[in-house]
Amino acid sequence: MEQLIQLLKSNSRLTNAELAVMLGKSEQQVADDIEKLEKDGIINGYTAIIDESAFDPNTVFALIELKVTPQSQSGFDEIAKQISGYEQVQAVRLMSGTYDIIVEVTGKNIRDISLFVSQRLAAIDAVQETTTHFGLRVYKDNGIIIGSDEKDERGMF
Amino acid sequence: MIDYEKALSKAIKEMKPSGIRKFFDIAQGMEGVISLGVGEPDFKTPWLVRKEAIDVLEKGKTCYTANSGLMTLRTEISKYFERTIDTHYDPEHEIVVTVGGSEGIDLCIRSMVEPGDEVLVVEPCFVCYRPIVELCGGVAVSIETKAENEFRLTADELREKITDKTKLLILPFPNNPTGAIMRREDLESIAHVLKETNIIVISDEIYSELTYSGKHVSFAQIEGMRERTIVINGFSKSFAMTGWRLGFLGGPHQIVSQLLKLHQYAIMCSPTVSQYAAVTAMQSCIGDIEKMKNEYDMRRRFVVDAFNKLGLDCFTPQGAFYVFPCIKSTGLSSVDFCEKLIFAKKVAVVPGDAFGACGEGFVRVSYAYSINHLREAVKRIGEFLEELKNGKV
Repeated sequence: MEQLIQLLKSNSRLTNAELAVMLGKSEQQVADDIEKLEKDGIINGYTAIIDESAFDPNTVFALIELKVTPQSQSGFDEIAKQISGYEQVQAVRLMSGTYDIIVEVTGKNIRDISLFVSQRLAAIDAVQETTTHFGLRVYKDNGIIIGSDEKDERGMF
Repeated sequence: MIDYEKALSKAIKEMKPSGIRKFFDIAQGMEGVISLGVGEPDFKTPWLVRKEAIDVLEKGKTCYTANSGLMTLRTEISKYFERTIDTHYDPEHEIVVTVGGSEGIDLCIRSMVEPGDEVLVVEPCFVCYRPIVELCGGVAVSIETKAENEFRLTADELREKITDKTKLLILPFPNNPTGAIMRREDLESIAHVLKETNIIVISDEIYSELTYSGKHVSFAQIEGMRERTIVINGFSKSFAMTGWRLGFLGGPHQIVSQLLKLHQYAIMCSPTVSQYAAVTAMQSCIGDIEKMKNEYDMRRRFVVDAFNKLGLDCFTPQGAFYVFPCIKSTGLSSVDFCEKLIFAKKVAVVPGDAFGACGEGFVRVSYAYSINHLREAVKRIGEFLEELKNGKV
């Protein structure tokens, strides 16, 4: 399973037939394994790794740290889920350390994100404090090097 | 005016340049070439090893070492031999740290071959053996292995070529370019042939860690064979350390003490920084070998399957990181196939006859590349074969 997960993480467009050959399994076995991983909530989706700034140079990426007052019944869950519901939000994680929740957001421009922080996030009662960091450049995303200029310098021997 | 023709020796003038090199030069001169030609890992040397080298440089530990290498490294190599091939070599007298496996091969051949001696070279094989033998005035005698035997050396093939002039047998397994390995029973039948002779075996085991079915078996492990075997190995392939130029050999002290003199005069000692880094590789990076091997193994299955599907018969190699598909069905010679392929589709592979005449009709394909790279290359080769069929190339 570990090898299958690694292969899918590196390229989820590998066909079941290709995966089967590489893993020395039958195509049916691979299909079953993937179905199980999906069912068990280990694989939660398949996506493309996009260099947003190459697609649209105005796109802005931001990490927003939130300090949050935990709720009596649900702790941080409800607030994290509420934030996850916003379309602009790419990722939400509960963190240890000096803040509680980190929110990953992409917007069309800086104003877009500023509005999102002030009107959506800061407006949540339990949110005590926000700190917004804007991304300047991406070098690696989801294990994939972005815009690599590394050349294969090996010769033939 | 200097007459360079007169200045150069006959032997060096007659030495042929490597057949691999030619295709590399073509590939170098073209834009957008996708290569399947390399003979070295695509992995980076494990970080701990690189870090150790940086530390060593910072501390300025850059003097010569003992001729045969740092004692700590030789001790680690001795342990490595015991662990991997269950054979003891005394680090004091039976191990030399060399400049890559290549120097080990050079030392052995030059220390033993005299004019007229015959050296049995199991082909297809790496390109360096024959030129060194001939430089010494020796005669390189090919033993041609066959696809139907999965490119293993058989006892009969060996027996046929032995004469009273035979001095050495070079046994290059796991094999570059075929990916063949020798199982214990194959080695035993070879040992049986050699038993009553005075033939010494150079067992080039540089790809030993890349054995995909079971554990690698060394010729030195076969009963009674340690005394006639020199095992060549190194850090290049197993630890992805090609550019560090570090190999080692183990053999009976009667031979090793003699060839060490040549190493002393020609090399002095192997690169010191590399030697310190190699100690770390041995002590802390064995796990990295396994990881790299698993990755190669997946690519191996992918490539073998792909070539067979393309109609280029390809036996499943059990070692190294090459496949050796047969291209006879295209009606082209190996060189023509490779030339047409690189010009039509910009894919570089190496013609099989660069590794001995019996490699004709085959090409060497390296899978020391990412899956995505291999996929693209296979796609282009598929298109090439289609166009070849339709008379377009």
